[in-house]
Amino acid sequence: MTAVGKGIARLDARAKVTGKAQYAAEVPVANLVHAVLVTSTQAAAKVAVDVKDAEHAPGVLAVLTHHNAPKLPGAKTKTGPVDRVLQLLQEDEAPYNDCPIAVVVADTLERARAAAERVAVRYSSGGVQTELRERLAEAYAPKTAGPREPADSSRGDVPAGLEAAFVQIDATYTTTNQHHNPMEMHGLTAVWQGEQSLTVYDTSQGIFGVRKKLATVFGLAESNVRVISRYVGGGFGCKGSPWSHLALCALAARVTGRPVRLVLTRPQMFSLVGYRPRTIQRVVLGADARGKLTAVRHDVTSETSRLDEFSEPSALQTRMLYACPNVATSHRLVRLDVPTPTFTRAPGEATGTFALEVALDELATALKLDPLELRLRNYAERDPHEDKPWSSKELRRCYQQAAERFGWAARRLDPGSQRDGKLLVGWGMATATYPAKQSAASASARIDREGRVLVQAGTQDIGTGTYTIMAQIAADALGVPVDRVRFELGDTSLPETPVSGGSQTASSTGSAVQAAALALKKKLLALGAPLRAPELDLRALDAWLAQRTEPEHRAEARTEEKAERKRYSSHSFGAHFVEVKIDADLRQIRVTRCVSAFAAGKILNPKTAHSQYIGGMVWGIGLALLEHTARDPRNGRVVTRDLADYHVPVHADIPELEVIQVHERDPYVNEIGAKGIGEVGITGMAAAIANAVHHATGKRVRDLPITLDKLL
Amino acid sequence: MRDFDYVVPKSLDEAVARGKQAEHRFIAGGTLLVDLLRLDVERPAALVDLNAVLSERISWAPNGLTAGALARNSDLADHPDVRRELPALSQALESGASPQIRNLASLGGNLMQRTRCAYFRDPGVAECNKRRPGSGCAALEGYSRMHAVLGGSRACIAVHPSDMSVALLALDAIVRTRRSQGGREIAIADFHALPGETPQVETALEPGEIVTEVFVPASGFSRRSAYVKVRDRAAFAFALASAAVALELSGEKIATARVALGGVATKPWRALEVEAALLGRPPTRETFEAAAKLAANGARTTPHNQFKVELARRVVVRALERAAA
Repeated sequence: MTAVGKGIARLDARAKVTGKAQYAAEVPVANLVHAVLVTSTQAAAKVAVDVKDAEHAPGVLAVLTHHNAPKLPGAKTKTGPVDRVLQLLQEDEAPYNDCPIAVVVADTLERARAAAERVAVRYSSGGVQTELRERLAEAYAPKTAGPREPADSSRGDVPAGLEAAFVQIDATYTTTNQHHNPMEMHGLTAVWQGEQSLTVYDTSQGIFGVRKKLATVFGLAESNVRVISRYVGGGFGCKGSPWSHLALCALAARVTGRPVRLVLTRPQMFSLVGYRPRTIQRVVLGADARGKLTAVRHDVTSETSRLDEFSEPSALQTRMLYACPNVATSHRLVRLDVPTPTFTRAPGEATGTFALEVALDELATALKLDPLELRLRNYAERDPHEDKPWSSKELRRCYQQAAERFGWAARRLDPGSQRDGKLLVGWGMATATYPAKQSAASASARIDREGRVLVQAGTQDIGTGTYTIMAQIAADALGVPVDRVRFELGDTSLPETPVSGGSQTASSTGSAVQAAALALKKKLLALGAPLRAPELDLRALDAWLAQRTEPEHRAEARTEEKAERKRYSSHSFGAHFVEVKIDADLRQIRVTRCVSAFAAGKILNPKTAHSQYIGGMVWGIGLALLEHTARDPRNGRVVTRDLADYHVPVHADIPELEVIQVHERDPYVNEIGAKGIGEVGITGMAAAIANAVHHATGKRVRDLPITLDKLL
Repeated sequence: MRDFDYVVPKSLDEAVARGKQAEHRFIAGGTLLVDLLRLDVERPAALVDLNAVLSERISWAPNGLTAGALARNSDLADHPDVRRELPALSQALESGASPQIRNLASLGGNLMQRTRCAYFRDPGVAECNKRRPGSGCAALEGYSRMHAVLGGSRACIAVHPSDMSVALLALDAIVRTRRSQGGREIAIADFHALPGETPQVETALEPGEIVTEVFVPASGFSRRSAYVKVRDRAAFAFALASAAVALELSGEKIATARVALGGVATKPWRALEVEAALLGRPPTRETFEAAAKLAANGARTTPHNQFKVELARRVVVRALERAAA
């Protein structure tokens, strides 16, 4: 009996398409009122807020500003290394544009919005700095690259390696601001039970982080804060951290003594919940005449706010992806009058593989070598950075299978050599990679007298299929059919699990769920449950359960990274092969074909995995060709503040995306043998497209997004 | 959004009278007005609903097309006579917005479409002469990739976003209206206003005046017409540059030419110099390229939108090739 590995449809799909699934901002709550945020129109400014008009508007219950908001002793306390300083009306300051400066609460949403428009604000601002290129002289070394890794790395002797090189590439690449823009905007419903106990219905990738933050801000015991997030309409990183609006909604609920709902507007989504920071990346490559890398340098500068340090770790993959004895990388930050950036699908690798994999394409061009052949000549048989064997790595098969399926062998080497009528045709490829992570997690499993199994873990399903794969894992571990298993998640009253970020939910929570189910089975067997070795005897089990006196049997488990794993390096890998067609006159660029292969350990559910992969690839098309948040340098205000001006791909931009799931067995990575798949799909994709654009036109575009004006 | 009254007039005359009142706005499909209400850009005292007093009838006669102001964009685009006789109009409509929006948006509303200038649409920006006359223009020194390179002034460089109106301009359409003195006809070329010092005045309509129908004459060039639009993504995006062209051939020569540009100007833009350069020439790529060089004569650009000059030329060539084919 194996459910794992079957492509069963998402168990929550029916609830979602029928509207039965209730999201954070539609949970029915009695006595509910509505809050609307007023945000600043200046940055780096002092504010004076006049609320007289707003307070007298119909239906208004409260207007909170820095003048009257209760002081929150925990407002500035950081709860962890990636926690943010929130803007909770404690000061007369707007550090960035669209910063919260007032909260209006009214009996209806419409009245709250109407009153919010009547809040008058005066600013005094002493000049704004939001241009990364203009402030490079102020770049400094952050404490870490990403949450954990050292900012700099060095192995071997890069200058000597460059000295010895037959060919050198030295180029600078830039990536722009990108916003997550999940379909479901951030929103929550906050309900106090007295002064000391708070329940929040949120849309979150990390409910335990939200609980901790709210407890800290309001000085509550964590056990008195409950966060519930049953369904999440997309996150991609922006729902991974607690942001200001959360605590402001809870504050509004406390002040008014009513349950309060707050939903961000789409324009507010561009300032209040993070974004992918701009990067400027210099890559220097040296290679011998056969294409063997003799030196690699990758230096990254990105932006952060004046409030927090967030460093986009774009050079991490450069440390481990190719076999090269001489590699040096660095990360630098520039502080600007902008909101704090955050994790955005494959933070680091999405932008970093763009620079590295385009530089490799430039090297292949200089060497007149097939770009795939160049990768194979530098294939890393073990992790050269950590100097450890891979726990598994089927990247070579990814290259081979995707290249064959794509027909890569027919590619002509010279740019501009393939045409289809008025269209220039280009083929490009790139490598994909993302680390396999695992954090400590807990889960529980129980079976009642009717043989129904309930498995619980606090975790979140951010649209990835968590409900489904956890039920599959539990069913197999216990030895029961999957339709006997119900999996509950999204509630801090359930066993604690990590944030659904870093592609780690399957490995972390999945391991805990498997362990809990195994513990339950062991318990049942110890009690004498019928056995058909080595599994439970299902036919006899029901009768056995029915005659037991206990109403149910229950087991819990907590798992963390296997000790054995520390001897290995674990990453998901993949390869993209992309065709673009570019109108020879009008320069419109369309991706017309894409074949990608991925190896990510055991695939728990090929159907949900496929969705994850193609979702990442669609993001890669957006990153490469469309997505760009423009900020007005005069006041730091986002100009492209809706989905008409900020372009995500539409259906017509996406061709059929073919995904090959390469079989990979990994006995070391974790108990269930699965690596992450949610983010690897975007990595390398922008580079493969940029490389195809070069192949089509001979023009090397090093600045994303590649819009048609850059090809005129 | 503020509270407002909602008025359903019983006759066209009543609608005109209502529309003359201060802060009254007409609504038909509402695909843009509702958006602007939510953004707090429009703050009307009342909405006057035109759906009961206008027609959505589309009819073709030997002398041309007559379409009621309520004709839905999708119905007009898909009308067999429009497809056959006025291909540029059908193509322009289908290149605009999304199917859902086209199903709701009206012909009259499309003519009255407001600019997509992000500074106009954001009340958090103090300077916008369209939204607050006399307050300045944030776009002049701002992020202006989408903005106009033709027809701008020191007060405004907001681009006119309509695809349909560009095709109507190339096809010599007539806009029929009703005001308190009765009906009148306005040539499409005179319908949209240049911003000048008064960018808040966007059309030739008087207060209360209502577009009732549009007439597109059948002409020697209307069948041989085409619309080409270039945009950043494949669908649901405004034009970076577009062109509606129409040609009448006499033997091997171009006898009449109409060239109108979209996405590059503050109003649908007739490229008269290009038309003149086409006359009497054979319809070849050489002719088209030479003439198209004049497409953006007089352009005033910013570093962000400079590319539109070259792009407009190339779009004109492509549209002429389509029409000639």
